[in-house]
Amino acid sequence: MVTVKIPTQLRPSAGGRAEVELGGETVGEVLEALFLESPDLRERITEGGQLRRFVNVYLGGEDIRFGDGLETIVEDGSELTILPAVAGG
Amino acid sequence: MSAVELGCKECGATLDLGAAYFCGQCFGPLEVRYDHSGLEPDEARRRIQAGSNGIWRYLDFLPFTGGRPEVGPLEPGMTPLIKADRLAEALGTGAEIWVKNDAANPTHSFKDRVVSVALAKARELGYQTVACASTGNLANSVAANAAAGGFDCYVFVPSNLEEQKLLATDIYGSNLVGVKGNYDDVNRLCTQLSDEKPWAFVNVNLRPYYSEGSKTLAFETIEQLGWRLPDRVVCPIASGSLFTKIGRGFSEWQEVGLVEGDTPVFNGAQAEGCSPVAAAFRDGEDFCRPQKPDTIAKSLAIGDPADGPYALDQARRTGGGVDSVTDDEIRAGIRLLAETTGIFTETAGGVTTAVLAKLAERGELADGEKVVVYITGEGLKTLDANRDTFSLREIEPTVESFESTFATTFA
Repeated sequence: MVTVKIPTQLRPSAGGRAEVELGGETVGEVLEALFLESPDLRERITEGGQLRRFVNVYLGGEDIRFGDGLETIVEDGSELTILPAVAGG
Repeated sequence: MSAVELGCKECGATLDLGAAYFCGQCFGPLEVRYDHSGLEPDEARRRIQAGSNGIWRYLDFLPFTGGRPEVGPLEPGMTPLIKADRLAEALGTGAEIWVKNDAANPTHSFKDRVVSVALAKARELGYQTVACASTGNLANSVAANAAAGGFDCYVFVPSNLEEQKLLATDIYGSNLVGVKGNYDDVNRLCTQLSDEKPWAFVNVNLRPYYSEGSKTLAFETIEQLGWRLPDRVVCPIASGSLFTKIGRGFSEWQEVGLVEGDTPVFNGAQAEGCSPVAAAFRDGEDFCRPQKPDTIAKSLAIGDPADGPYALDQARRTGGGVDSVTDDEIRAGIRLLAETTGIFTETAGGVTTAVLAKLAERGELADGEKVVVYITGEGLKTLDANRDTFSLREIEPTVESFESTFATTFA
């Protein structure tokens, strides 16, 4: 199982949860599992099957764009974090 | 005639003027929207000219709804704009080169502008603690302004930062946090912490206000050129916020009739070791692929620039571009600026000067065009970049020793 961390602003769409435990082989599959549980989240963070351009997803602290994006393999017990990409500078 | 709301730059959704930085619907960045419909240009100009000799003279264009906010004593702004004829001559260009020396701010970088606005907003919103994710200059500025304003302060930086920037943060009594990682790691951590802590992270949850402070660089440029727009600007790009907000400052004054003329051409400057925006510009893409920074220009080392797409758009829309330069070109840029203007800038200024040199070399600067070069920080903060580059010729304390050692240098 993979732990997905949900930012505050999305928690109302995820049943109020800050963390969700889900299964899946890739980042994309884990997110699909998340959308099955919380359908409202699909439109909030994706567009046309891709992450929206101001959404960042990290696998164990590493931006998944340094891996294979949504195809990045996730291992059991790892942690996915969804965050807005508009901070800093 | 003031700030009215926050609006999403992507989907247009609007929010009240609170501590928010991204759109709850689409995650797009929020920006401050103003209503200038009642603003009469002559009256606005008079108010500006009767104002303080710093950024608060532009209060009508800053994100506050009442009168002048409660601010600390370190007012930044009205830094020198210098006509750099010797630099133009050295570059062999017939363009008029102007250098905006923003190292002449209270903590020696342009960051005092954005921090002053953010801390005034933090006070207005009732925060006791301020924080930031920084590559160094912001750290210095937040720490100093927090000390001056009586805020508690947490400053997060990559732990491998230049010693000068660490020292010049800690000296103000801030909680200095060295994060084992690069700036993008620091930024991610602060984004997460801003969800947990009741703090004003100036460049996270207060970012829409903070970034507005950069517009004052555009306003000052217009005033200092005699209420005229420059033809071109050369400006460093890290997150892209400074670059895009200088553009916003120009267009805001064009829209309200405070200045007339064509929108300046925007040339962005990045270090080759961290050039996600320059790479996207070169490849014709409208998004930036993140990079792992490896450059001496640590203050520009943001591998995942939040305003990258907007910076790209602005460079293209104005007929400009985004260039990158090597570490050696950066060092040469620092020296060139110092030797022709008397301004010792940090690595970011070396990047900007080196890109100016590239534009001149490629013949992209027209004779007589007014080019403003934004120098954003101070050379004494990045001494490592130029360490061991000086020549010291030791002599005996006698006239003869001096004469014999320096004979070849006498004209």
